[in-house]
Amino acid sequence: MTTQYLLGNEAIARGCLASPAHFVTGYPGTPSSEVIDILRSLPERDFYVEWSVNEKVALENALAAAWCGLRALCTMKHVGLNVAADPLMTSAYTGVTGGLVIMSADDPFAHSSQNEQDSRCYALFSRLPCLDPSTIQEAHDMVRDAFALSEEFSLPVIFRPTTRICHSKGDTVTGDPAHAPRKGQFQRNPQQYVVIPAHTRVLHRKLNQKQPLVKRALVEKGYNHAVVRGPVAVVASGIAAAYVQEVLPEGVSFMKIGAYPIDEEWLAAFVRQHEKVLVVEELHPVVEEAVRQVAGCVAVHGKKDGMVPYEGELSPVAVAKIMQACGITPSRVFSEPTPPGDVPNRPPILCAGCMHRPVFYAMRKVFKDGIFPSDIGCYTLGLQLGAVDTTICMGASVTVASGIAQSGEDRDVVATIGDSTFLHTGIPGLLNAVYNGAKMILVILDNRVTAMTGHQPNPSSGMTACGTPVPPVSLEAICRACGVSYVETVDPYDLVSLLSVLKEARERPGVKVVIARQPCVITARRAGVRRGRYQVDPETCTACGLCIRFGCPAIEKAGEKAFINDLCSGCGVCVQICPAGAIGREVKR
Amino acid sequence: MTGSFDILMVGIGGQGIILASNILGEACLIEGRSVRGAETHGMAQRGGSVEGHIRVDGKYGPLIAPGTAHLMIAFDMLEALRYSHYLAPDGHMVVNSHIVIPTSVFMQGAVVPEKDAVRERLKSHSLCLVDADALATEAGSPLSQNVVMIGAASWFMPFAPESLSGAVERLVPKKTVEINRRAFDLGRAAGERCRQGSIDA
Repeated sequence: MTTQYLLGNEAIARGCLASPAHFVTGYPGTPSSEVIDILRSLPERDFYVEWSVNEKVALENALAAAWCGLRALCTMKHVGLNVAADPLMTSAYTGVTGGLVIMSADDPFAHSSQNEQDSRCYALFSRLPCLDPSTIQEAHDMVRDAFALSEEFSLPVIFRPTTRICHSKGDTVTGDPAHAPRKGQFQRNPQQYVVIPAHTRVLHRKLNQKQPLVKRALVEKGYNHAVVRGPVAVVASGIAAAYVQEVLPEGVSFMKIGAYPIDEEWLAAFVRQHEKVLVVEELHPVVEEAVRQVAGCVAVHGKKDGMVPYEGELSPVAVAKIMQACGITPSRVFSEPTPPGDVPNRPPILCAGCMHRPVFYAMRKVFKDGIFPSDIGCYTLGLQLGAVDTTICMGASVTVASGIAQSGEDRDVVATIGDSTFLHTGIPGLLNAVYNGAKMILVILDNRVTAMTGHQPNPSSGMTACGTPVPPVSLEAICRACGVSYVETVDPYDLVSLLSVLKEARERPGVKVVIARQPCVITARRAGVRRGRYQVDPETCTACGLCIRFGCPAIEKAGEKAFINDLCSGCGVCVQICPAGAIGREVKR
Repeated sequence: MTGSFDILMVGIGGQGIILASNILGEACLIEGRSVRGAETHGMAQRGGSVEGHIRVDGKYGPLIAPGTAHLMIAFDMLEALRYSHYLAPDGHMVVNSHIVIPTSVFMQGAVVPEKDAVRERLKSHSLCLVDADALATEAGSPLSQNVVMIGAASWFMPFAPESLSGAVERLVPKKTVEINRRAFDLGRAAGERCRQGSIDA
């Protein structure tokens, strides 16, 4: 046992080591990625770790390992659970032998996400137990115990931290890594593992029969607890419970929900001791709906009477205001200072030397009235460059492009997708577009890594999660196998070639694929690539502003003229953009 | 009241805020105190505005409420201004006297914020401006700017200076310990000038 100042995801990784987990899979997604990044980077490990190509693949692998008796962890972000929903729903029927913990990290306020969905709804939907930590210590302890809970009820357990757990820190007491290796062994049992109708009907009944036992156990294990202090109560879950405790006045009862399903009898006994109950939780009113079902004539405040927002994240300030609105005086009242006006925004931006920027620049030049469906990755920042028209979910650049093209739209449709996203869910869309005769261009932005989430390797990187060298997959071969006849690979730093390939692709029929390949500038720098910097000759610069509009953070204005700062990574694209020939290699003085 | 001492760190993704916040967390462990923190990860870090909350003696959630931070450590003057409403009326602000203009300002042809004007606006708070780049270079590496800032801010935090310097030594890469020790000392010497009433350290 040691006390350390840990990131939530690091505490979760330590909890998995303390359990221990034997088999770890997942697909990167903020805010979940660091758990596997920590586990895969350990100098020594006696368990299996993989970055899977998508969340469905990850969950099916982990489920199989759990069927073989191992303790398996599968990590993803909340929207990844949509991809994994197919195996999830039926894994509740088959159950598991070894413990299976499915970590689905939610992102209230969509700090790094396309929506604010609530993984607890999947727990209700699938009838699987769900643990919802409110502190980093609890995240460590819950995930450690979740494997045993899973084995006790032979059910996968959903573990649902939120961004403010995953990416928060605290002094945390961690357990020592446990050494209890297991070797997987599959026990043939078709009644459990072959879900034909005759079997699945029985399995469904068994799942339902487990529910009362699970509810009771979650109270007995202390995940759900309460203290009665007066006629008014606040019920809270997840990180919101920590915010409530910060401003909870004396004499107000408090119930903390950390696990689902909630035992209704136990909940009713608490609620009915009060005149008024306020339910504070982020996202979906999961707890509130349970409270309302048992409340009888007790007044209930929450989302359904407009007191608590459905969207966004909460905070101590927000909770204090909600309490006041419900007639509960918080122990602390906050002033609301006005943010200073007139401060220019500083949005995230593609790095200096990022390979995506010249691709977007070239697309805008060649396809002046083109339509640009895009996807999920760093390159979604191409929005700032006017080269991203749609983004909905992983892999949807290809399918939205073919849908627009097939709808009768006459303009050129040019989609962009990263290497990892293409391998995740892009391939079926490409196959479909070719099969059904769409007319479109797909540009694969191949930087050889899953960059946005922290540079995790994928099948195009040439190594596994644990660093074992493997042959990188050929994106060209995949595209050709899907039936694409025009597949061209180009170096995006070579603007002339990039423009000419895009022009050529525009003239070809059917589905065309352009693969723009250049390693992510961050991984290249880490690998020791040094290209040397460029500089602007102020005498030659005509202050035309073309390089400024290129949007590279290494190019700024010094007076009217352009100036290249020390962020320059030497990609040399601006040299090819400058019409005056004012940009050249840095001359050391 | 929560009884925590709340520190907001702000800057630009890539400036070393996560290491700086880890140093403060480690100092809490050295002194046997509880601590809570929150930080920005993921794509928002790509050159975007980032914030780190550290609550020394914190026992509840990690988020600091606007108007309540006891101390702000800012790695950029524009970011100090952006988050200045987080500071309590009697809070202190220790700011790197450097400004990075957002690329979007140039792209959109917007008005480029002037350093002197930003400085004037920050002066309504208890302000300490530190030339972290110069001091870090003097210490041996411009990469030690974040440790310079912690040294300068050490006068305004409820830690024994040895706890902070000890935390620095535990967390920086082994071969940079000497540089960072000098960076901490130079920062601390600069911060003392602010404690005596000067704005410029």
